[in-house]
Amino acid sequence: MEHSGMWRRLGWLKRWEGLLLGLLIVTVIINSLQSPFYLGLSNQINTFQLFIEKIIVAIIMALIIINGEIDLSVASVMGLAAAVLAYTVDAGWAMSAAILAGLVAGVLCGLLNGFFVARIGLPSLVVTLAGLIMYRGMARILLEDGSIGGFPDWFEALGQDPFVGPIPLALILFILLFAVGVVVLHFAGIGRYIYVIGNNKEVARYSGVNVEQVKMGLFIASGVIAALAGILLAARLGSVRGNTAEGFELDIITMVLLGGVSIFGGSGTLAGVGLAILLILNLRNGMSLANITGNTQTGVVGILLILSVLIPNLAQTIRERWLRRRTAVKVITSET
Amino acid sequence: MRAVRRLVRPEQIRVFSLVLVIVLAVVFFGSQIENYYNARLFNRITTSVAILVVMAVGQTLVVLTRNIDLSIGSIVGFTAYFVGTQLATNNEMAPLTVALLAVGMGALLGAVNGVLVSYGRIPAIITTLGTLALYRTFLVEYSDSQSVITSALPQWIIELPTRNFLSFGDLDLRTMFIWSLLIVVLFQLVVTYLPWGRRLYAIGSNPEAAHLVGLPVRGTVLSAFVICGALSGLAGFMYLARFGNITVVAGLGLELQVVAAVVVGGVNIFGGTGSMIGALLGTFLIATLEQSLLRWVIVSEFWRDALLGLLILMAVTADAVILERVRTLWARSELQMTEIEVQPTVEIQEGGYEV
Repeated sequence: MEHSGMWRRLGWLKRWEGLLLGLLIVTVIINSLQSPFYLGLSNQINTFQLFIEKIIVAIIMALIIINGEIDLSVASVMGLAAAVLAYTVDAGWAMSAAILAGLVAGVLCGLLNGFFVARIGLPSLVVTLAGLIMYRGMARILLEDGSIGGFPDWFEALGQDPFVGPIPLALILFILLFAVGVVVLHFAGIGRYIYVIGNNKEVARYSGVNVEQVKMGLFIASGVIAALAGILLAARLGSVRGNTAEGFELDIITMVLLGGVSIFGGSGTLAGVGLAILLILNLRNGMSLANITGNTQTGVVGILLILSVLIPNLAQTIRERWLRRRTAVKVITSET
Repeated sequence: MRAVRRLVRPEQIRVFSLVLVIVLAVVFFGSQIENYYNARLFNRITTSVAILVVMAVGQTLVVLTRNIDLSIGSIVGFTAYFVGTQLATNNEMAPLTVALLAVGMGALLGAVNGVLVSYGRIPAIITTLGTLALYRTFLVEYSDSQSVITSALPQWIIELPTRNFLSFGDLDLRTMFIWSLLIVVLFQLVVTYLPWGRRLYAIGSNPEAAHLVGLPVRGTVLSAFVICGALSGLAGFMYLARFGNITVVAGLGLELQVVAAVVVGGVNIFGGTGSMIGALLGTFLIATLEQSLLRWVIVSEFWRDALLGLLILMAVTADAVILERVRTLWARSELQMTEIEVQPTVEIQEGGYEV
């Protein structure tokens, strides 16, 4: 009984990921019919390049949501790290010291979020919403309404030029982080803890899992990775403003939820998130090829976010009704 | 001590400490900024409170039910632009028609949120994060990169924000401010005395239990979202009157200020506690900070958001750490006074109910 229950759940997940794969294939076919350049290596790498910072953060966001929390402050942490980098460079610091300062800012943001969520036990939704406002505010304090650019050539090259063969540095970092994420979540003990806590925090605590430590670790990791992504964004754009990376959390959370990760925690896989990332990137690429503006694309992502939760909900309602009707029929037939 | 506990409720302590913080802030800025206490500052604060508090009242209704509406900034922007273009093309429209149009438009957008949350069972944070982007997209598409300009609007709406209800010397009580105070009082009465208002608290305290005792949870949540949208639409109308020039970024980020005001005002983000008076005081604190920072030479106005975030964090932490303890203390002494034996099962646990 236990066994078949587990199988049914896995089967559902497979179907969700299968659906994503199907949608991805359809998108790719439509796009490649639209433009002969679409399937070219440079266009594909370029597609990744445009969203690389967001998809890097999506990996850690997946882990946090599976853990039953959320981090709304990531985009502001990205902006703050980029702002700290730009500010320190402007103040005459060496580039390496400035990068380090940006990363330290990320660690501090993660520590602060983690402290209030894991230690004091406040809901992550409110804490990171406050973080979203506060870290963005700090970036504004540093840069006011100006922009700072003029980074060394090698730094901008890191963000813009190919690093190994045709592949830029950020893409390599993404692939590495994704691999680490898969190992941590699906093949290591800590991954089991992340799921268990996401399913039921209290049960996890009574089973001897150090809930506080796991949550703290995840929020610090989120801070560091978001800071890294912010620095990569600064390198790619070549200049930083107070509103750099503003609103990125929408895309990032959409990628994770579309990947089949439950907003209530405890379920989801990185394979699904990977497929969702590919789907969104190719969809956006296709919309750009069809001359649909960035603003409309954001609207489409908003709809996708809603649908990615609505569809499983509706499916569940229908299945529950169907099961109820079936059991009702059984009762009636057994009575007669 | 018991007598004190009988007279004062923890929520009243919360409101009182907020008043104290506002007074302290005003005294502090008064000592820092030259010629701080003047009528112009008061007028500026009340004008920005007028718009924010209308949104805060709507947000409070939603937050009381353990939901949140992040799309209100986009609703304000969209209705302000929509009504602005209608009014610019047809200057003859009656003021009441214009206001009703804005309220209706807002209610429609709020209804979309409400249906998705209550019947689609999508968490409010996800729904409204999605519609925050979606409504902004509507605005950009609808505007076709045009903007509403003051000169195209009729005279009455341009004069509306400076119209006075009463004035004492330089000190004006603006009509728009009086309206919004009336809305605060009206909804305070609604949530205190009407069954619908009490239901909001019941649902927010424990949605499962509210459902089990037969309260119409879905309908009530939906109506809270609709009213929140309608009030944001009204705020959009006021926004149009105040600024005149409406571009596609109108109302951008207002939701964060409103959520900040509501949370600082003692409305529990997990539902079930809070009042409109608290939301009003929270709005006052935030508007005072904003207007004072603009004129404080030591720090720039760019400090506003950082302080806002810090304020939310402090308010939520204080609520969780201090107020919960006070509440437990009060509840215990209440039990002792009525001489009910404290069974282990009814002992109040810290942390409260969790879904």
